[in-house]
Amino acid sequence: MRSGPQAEWRAGWAFIAPALAVILLFFVLPVLGGLALSFTNFDIYAIGDPATASFVGLENYRTLLTSPLFWRSLGNTFYFVVVAGPLSVALSLLAALLVSSPLARWQGLFRTVYFAPVVTTLVAVAVVWRYLYHPRFGLLNRALEAVGVSAIDWLGDPRTAMPAIILVAVWKSFGYNMVIFVAGLQAIPVSLYEAARIDGAGFWRRFWHITLPGLKPTFLFVGLTTMIGYFQLFAEPYVMTAGGGPLNATLSVVLYMYKEGFRWWNMGYAAAVAFALFLVILAATVMQLRLQRGRVQ
Amino acid sequence: MRRRLAPLLLNLALGVLALATLAPLLWMVSASLMPAGEASAMPLRLLPSRVTLDHYADLFERLDLGRCLRNSLLISTAVTALSLLLNSLAGYAFAKLRFPGRARVFGTLLAVLVVPAQVAMLPLFLLLRWLGLINSLWGVIIPGMASVFGIFLMRQYALTLPDEVLEAARMDGASEWRIYRSLVLPLCRPVLATLGAFTFMGTWNDFMWPLIVLTDQSRYTLPVAVANLMGEHVQDIELMMASSVVTVLPVLVLFLALQRYYLAGITLGAVKE
Repeated sequence: MRSGPQAEWRAGWAFIAPALAVILLFFVLPVLGGLALSFTNFDIYAIGDPATASFVGLENYRTLLTSPLFWRSLGNTFYFVVVAGPLSVALSLLAALLVSSPLARWQGLFRTVYFAPVVTTLVAVAVVWRYLYHPRFGLLNRALEAVGVSAIDWLGDPRTAMPAIILVAVWKSFGYNMVIFVAGLQAIPVSLYEAARIDGAGFWRRFWHITLPGLKPTFLFVGLTTMIGYFQLFAEPYVMTAGGGPLNATLSVVLYMYKEGFRWWNMGYAAAVAFALFLVILAATVMQLRLQRGRVQ
Repeated sequence: MRRRLAPLLLNLALGVLALATLAPLLWMVSASLMPAGEASAMPLRLLPSRVTLDHYADLFERLDLGRCLRNSLLISTAVTALSLLLNSLAGYAFAKLRFPGRARVFGTLLAVLVVPAQVAMLPLFLLLRWLGLINSLWGVIIPGMASVFGIFLMRQYALTLPDEVLEAARMDGASEWRIYRSLVLPLCRPVLATLGAFTFMGTWNDFMWPLIVLTDQSRYTLPVAVANLMGEHVQDIELMMASSVVTVLPVLVLFLALQRYYLAGITLGAVKE
């Protein structure tokens, strides 16, 4: 017997060591470093000579809480999450119901088509949408003109810029949750539907009393992952509204962090922005868990 | 009457939604093949008056997009290969090898999942700068070499491997490395395909981190290059559409080829709740 428990111990640690080292060194360590960084005034001079940075306590967080731009970016991000999230989940559910209906033809083909935007590169399709939204020759306005609506400057008007970005995000991501909903629908026993049909329950009653309750765990998962993902909005405003315009109407928290940290090199302050976002996501997650748990009971 | 109307309406809805989903992508391809200026011409044109590959030629000959294509391929391939190796080693060990501290380490790893990537970016930039990896493809590859999600996915699958087979190999005196190489890896082929597809596409499409790390145009990945082109060529719609096609097409083709594995991964990842 060559391999006793000791050999297995050694092999176990040897096998997890490389992955663990990468995650510790290039994620956990930077996260802790980021927390430390957020208590300093680390800036462009400190990049050249770290000795010029000094500990400033909660100063960055105080600045943050009094910065109109931070609140603006947080408000925009909430707007995006609160509108795009439910819209995307609702469209996903609708697509899943349509695709899994026994009456549907070419189910596989439709599923693939709806999923296609998910795998496309966000930056590339954001470029495409930027032209679709063009006030003069964009396809969207031309279609609207055909039915008599006058041109809208989608990305140039502070009122329509965020809705325009929301539409792109929903288009890009509904296929992903659709796949999860389809799996959730398949997990509901067919016998339940049959029993309900024998009892004479119509489509809506079956939907309310069987489908929706059966999808509860799916809703929890989809709701959480979608929300967390949407809180990290970045590439769409970066590409489509030249970095958060017009008049900061699409400036997201991550974009604000990117600009402060990597454009102006206020790295201490940007680290505080990143941690503030982390806390907001954490709080929103806990809240949603409570809310959905409550509904399950 | 109702019986025949319902399927018709349902399939009509499916068709309309499919068309709305595909329209932006179809227009992207069509506009990329139009002669310069035609995409913004009045009246509206949906199809090119004559098909031209001029913009693609321009991208590769004048704007050196081929180099960015190569960077994207190199980075995505390297991250995929390295992370498959590291994640499968760790995932298998967490699932099947007994060693002290296993449960605690795995639990701690899962806790790491709640931290958004952006929180690590600023110090990671400073760390890589200190290591001399800024503006190097390695600066994108190295942090992607292992992921908690990948380890988790591998572990879930490895848990289903039959213990008797592994035990029998151990009895025959096979080393742990040998068992991993010649038994575990072949048995894990489906989940490796799933994770590989996920990782490759995720890395290919990633924007924020490459944007931060790669500062020189010759090092750009495709998404960074496209965002940068937008600055100078915002008026050249047909050219920009061609650059979008070049960026999107490889992942779209890969998805169509590996669709089964890719979709399996989504539902596999969703079971963790």
